[in-house]
Amino acid sequence: MAREEPAGEPERRGPHGGARDARVPEAVRSASGGARPVPARAPLPASPGELRDRLESTGYLADDGLAVACHLALTLHRPLFCEGEAGAGKTALAAALADVLGAPLVRLQCYEGIDASQALYDWDFPRQLLHLRAAEAAGVTDAGRLEDELYGERFLVARPLLRALRTSPSVLLIDEIDRADDEFEAFLLELLADYAVTIPELGTLRAETPPVVVLTSNRTREVHDALKRRCLFHWFAHPGYARELAIVRSRRPLVARRLAAQVTAAVQQLRGMDLVKPPGVAETIDWAEALAALGATELDADLAVATLGSVLKYREDTQRAVALDLKGLLAAARGS
Amino acid sequence: MRGRGGSGTDRGGPDAAGPDPGRAEAGPDCAATGLAGPGAWGDGVAVLVGFARTLREAGVPADGERVQTFLGAVDALGTGRREVYWAGRVTLCGRAEDLAHYDRAFAAYFGDRTAPPPRPRTAPPPRVRPTAHAAAEAPGDDGGRTAPAVPAAARAAAAEVLRHRDIAGLTAAERAELHRLRTAFALRGEQRRTARLRPARRGAVDPRRTVRELLRGGGEPAALRRRTPAHKPRRVVLLLDVSGSMSPYADVLLRFAHAARHARTSGAAPATEVFTLGTRLTRVTRQLSHRDPDAALAAVGTAVPDWSGGTRLGETLRAFLDRWGQRGLARGAVVVVLSDGWERGDTTLLGGQARRLHRLAHRVVWANPRKARPGYEPLAGGMAAVLPHVDAFVAGHSLAALERLAAVVRGAAGA
Repeated sequence: MAREEPAGEPERRGPHGGARDARVPEAVRSASGGARPVPARAPLPASPGELRDRLESTGYLADDGLAVACHLALTLHRPLFCEGEAGAGKTALAAALADVLGAPLVRLQCYEGIDASQALYDWDFPRQLLHLRAAEAAGVTDAGRLEDELYGERFLVARPLLRALRTSPSVLLIDEIDRADDEFEAFLLELLADYAVTIPELGTLRAETPPVVVLTSNRTREVHDALKRRCLFHWFAHPGYARELAIVRSRRPLVARRLAAQVTAAVQQLRGMDLVKPPGVAETIDWAEALAALGATELDADLAVATLGSVLKYREDTQRAVALDLKGLLAAARGS
Repeated sequence: MRGRGGSGTDRGGPDAAGPDPGRAEAGPDCAATGLAGPGAWGDGVAVLVGFARTLREAGVPADGERVQTFLGAVDALGTGRREVYWAGRVTLCGRAEDLAHYDRAFAAYFGDRTAPPPRPRTAPPPRVRPTAHAAAEAPGDDGGRTAPAVPAAARAAAAEVLRHRDIAGLTAAERAELHRLRTAFALRGEQRRTARLRPARRGAVDPRRTVRELLRGGGEPAALRRRTPAHKPRRVVLLLDVSGSMSPYADVLLRFAHAARHARTSGAAPATEVFTLGTRLTRVTRQLSHRDPDAALAAVGTAVPDWSGGTRLGETLRAFLDRWGQRGLARGAVVVVLSDGWERGDTTLLGGQARRLHRLAHRVVWANPRKARPGYEPLAGGMAAVLPHVDAFVAGHSLAALERLAAVVRGAAGA
């Protein structure tokens, strides 16, 4: 499906293809650990409004602020730092942006102890050794050439960050940066400053066009200010009823409209209940899907209790919801 | 944008600037060039920079680099009210807490010359600080001025503060004591194994370094290189009760916190986090990061609105866990609560939250200054509810007791 483009002409090409991949499930989109094949690149959106419309055509509903933030990230080449509640659409944003731009999505999942050899590049040592042995057996004597071979592209294992730098254009998702440690943050800061990396054996590698970088954080800790300063900041809160319903409808078009409306209303009420973990949009979608899978077209108390596990993930919360006012909650949800 | 012949001053154009088609030209440095071209902007820049200054006075960290990005963003978006609002919000704010300050400062600084400010749909959830912004609506209507001279937003921020703590200064004796505290307490958490590996003499084989060594030797077998998990002190979280019943101790405990925050013996240790509990939760880590203890304590005195007020220990503990603890700050950390456990009325909430804290944290240390009093029994209300969920219960009434507390946190002394 990818149209081949001449390498030297990154922009200004034919009409963009409208809603591509609009119905690709979230799991499929984000499961690809590295660059995936994508459709032809699209021209940059000219205004926040256009960007929002195009995000919408991929099934991602952004509000004004987010559209402006994304627009600025594209025009100013600044990383976009997305912070907010879990399940509010931070990770999905990167996938949607990749769709809009027709650029491959490169994802780096952060975890404690992640370092340059896991995030940037590594050498394929076993194959280097094999190559060395083979060269010796063949009687190669030109040591200089052998070394060049050993530390050449052939044995370089590109990790997500390097892949993103070498793929132009691309969307780089650095997911859950708050899980990584300070050392990695400092390393990232350096990389995001000039979108270039120096590999001692190969030289400096600079991105042809800087990748669009989306960083997400669940605020498990405060990310260092120096890194944030480089970035544009956007806070993701839980959406209001109308927008959340639109998101559920667009993400799960097969769920009955009535059911989607009731589930959304119920979740909105649950959020007001002072829970240990208020449900996010992702949970709303899960709940609607779970109920639809059971053949429901309307939310009733028995089914709600049976499927409550897809919205509330703490025992205390479930108990509270069941014991207190699930009935009243459903009545209110049905009424709306 | 800067190639468009100085058309940057048209106000309120819905789309004053599209993205530059020449991507190579627009770079991270275009903000700087936007600033350098005064002809295109005139005193528009001054107005925007003045706004940033107002924001800084309201406590939003809108520093120079952010301001440059802000100017670049306005340059790219246009100078309509909505555009400036979002450009600033995205570039000048860095934390969720900043957003409320930002909205107020924006309304105060730009007044309502045109449409009312866009109701931010993405305001942070207020359930974390239930009453913090109660006074938010009142100020700000007196704005309407474009001159950056009078920081109306600073007044807006000040109105929120309920009660200041009076720190007139410290006596010489107190300073000497502070110095002693500083050296006595290196409040480091006990060691924990991290996921990061470091070279070592023994441990698992490190393929990377071993093979590199092999290659260096032309493929000849060389010594095996090994690696082992690095160790790192656990994070320490101090929860400081500043309610009325603790007021005789609050001052010295705060200095203890300052000493603990700064007595960092190695760069690897995560910074100690400090919160105050009273009728509400305040994070004072940032205020305490002043090197100068006087400045730090003065900053804390301004930041904490409920000094020597009432106590809602259960609720504030829950606020801490909801907003910070459960997300990760308390996970695997050594949490030290400095409180007398005094709670009015029902203590079931406090007990439940203490249980929650205990499940999250590596160790919970409760330091109660009243423990050392003769005849003290932790039977009364809050303390009795909390004790089953506490790993170590120590006194905290004197320097010696605080030194012992530091030892418990290090894992040196038995619980």
